[in-house]
Amino acid sequence: MTSPSGILNSEQIRAQFPILHQQIEGKPLVYLDNAATTQKPEAVIQAITDFYTQCNANVHRGAHHLSDEATRRFEKARDTVADFIHAGSRKEVIWTSGTTEGINIVASGMAQRLQSGDEVLVTEMEHHANLVTWQQACVRSGAILKIAPIHDNGALNTEAFASLLSQNTKFVALPHISNALGTINPVKELTALAREKGALVLIDGAQGVAHGNVNVTDIGCDFYAFSGHKLFGPTGIGVLWGKEKVLQDWPVWQTGGEMIAKVTYECSTWGELPNRLEAGTPNIAGAIGLGAAIDWFMSLDLSAVQAHEQALMASALEQAEAFEGLKIIGNAPNKIGVLSFNLQGSHPADVGFILDRQGIAIRTGDHCAQPLMRRLDVPGTARASFSVYNTLEEVDALFVALKKAQSMLA
Amino acid sequence: MKLPNSEEIVEDLAFFDDWEQRYQYIIDLGKSIPPMDENLKTDDRLVRGCQSSVWLVSHDQNGTLQFQVDSDAVIVNGLLALVMAAYNDRTPAQILDFDIDDYFKQLDLERHITPTRGNGLRAIVARIRAIAKAKK
Repeated sequence: MTSPSGILNSEQIRAQFPILHQQIEGKPLVYLDNAATTQKPEAVIQAITDFYTQCNANVHRGAHHLSDEATRRFEKARDTVADFIHAGSRKEVIWTSGTTEGINIVASGMAQRLQSGDEVLVTEMEHHANLVTWQQACVRSGAILKIAPIHDNGALNTEAFASLLSQNTKFVALPHISNALGTINPVKELTALAREKGALVLIDGAQGVAHGNVNVTDIGCDFYAFSGHKLFGPTGIGVLWGKEKVLQDWPVWQTGGEMIAKVTYECSTWGELPNRLEAGTPNIAGAIGLGAAIDWFMSLDLSAVQAHEQALMASALEQAEAFEGLKIIGNAPNKIGVLSFNLQGSHPADVGFILDRQGIAIRTGDHCAQPLMRRLDVPGTARASFSVYNTLEEVDALFVALKKAQSMLA
Repeated sequence: MKLPNSEEIVEDLAFFDDWEQRYQYIIDLGKSIPPMDENLKTDDRLVRGCQSSVWLVSHDQNGTLQFQVDSDAVIVNGLLALVMAAYNDRTPAQILDFDIDDYFKQLDLERHITPTRGNGLRAIVARIRAIAKAKK
């Protein structure tokens, strides 16, 4: 999918995404809401269709051919994920419904272990999924929630982060990449700082996985959670990765079938990883679809993917800076995928609406990060987010449409 | 400017043939809604949409209901002007009889009143109807 020079062939990539080839309001769809969810290539749609048309059956328990084949594809997808994120073993890959469930598994388990006076550290740029979960774990356990501040440009204040760590810090949760601002956090360095104090570390990887190679072993964190649907896979499937030695005695999340070893009326014992954290019939088609999505993504030249996304970002930033009356919200030196902004004097919802009428899909609002919006003193932002199938022409179209929005709303 | 009534709005909007003119009209309507006193914008008067917020104040005046609305987004404000044209200065019975879905359909704006839209418009309509019901 790359030319010899490592430049991504956008046309070849776009051809694999059926949804992109449509008109909205009589204009070609320009899909710039990739931080909310990415579109799905044919390979993913086909893998899901194949599962349902060839081997739909429940996994792990059928004494028949279909179940064997379903189990084979389902567990192969787990191997694909393990390879993709450089997990230590396949047992460390837990299927979830998405990032939110992954974080909840960790936070609810941690709430049983935290004690009054313990501290949990998160950042000012959290999505609610990585904030409300920890806030509630602290409420339940009597632990104290600490918030590491950001700089005005949306970069994490790493000095303040370091100074908030102490022997009382039992858990640190932070995003790999901010969904609202696109800031890339130095997760490896921050994890090392937290580990020095003996804290467990979770990285919210919802935005991190779709922009290149994630290596959980190299990061050194204890948990990494992400969603399939932001990685060209289906909705309703995600992954919680955790270090085997941490996960093996982690408090169980849901109880029921699949996750047990022995059951009597009085008590039950739990099964081995990964099953002990996967109660009930899993999202089989979803897991297979996610496996196909990762296979598809890994077939690209990931350095060319990153170069392409950086080129989109550079063009967007250049045009945004030259655009009179546009304020960029969050301009950390190290950012990817997201341009958050406001037009002076206009509410982001109005801007988003006028863009929609011109076929341009962006997100507006608080991006599930209300405290961050308060910190930045904005009611919300308009957010254009880019993916591998976007083109420089689409970035240009965004700014043409923005000019119209500005003149209509003036 | 004096806000048009619902018949005038249906007539005005039918006159435009492209989206730009239609929405420019709605934007201009939104701007002509008198802004609500900041003191009135309390949490109990707030109807939160996920993208924009709307405040609603009501009082009874000789059997008709008087509403004041304000939103932080101008297009929502314009759409609220359309809602006000239908509901303001009416009796509770008139409010409850009014078919708002059909009205928005006539305006070719039904997409805005669907429950999936995060602009709070549907919630405002529900609140106005609840107020009318309580007064009836």
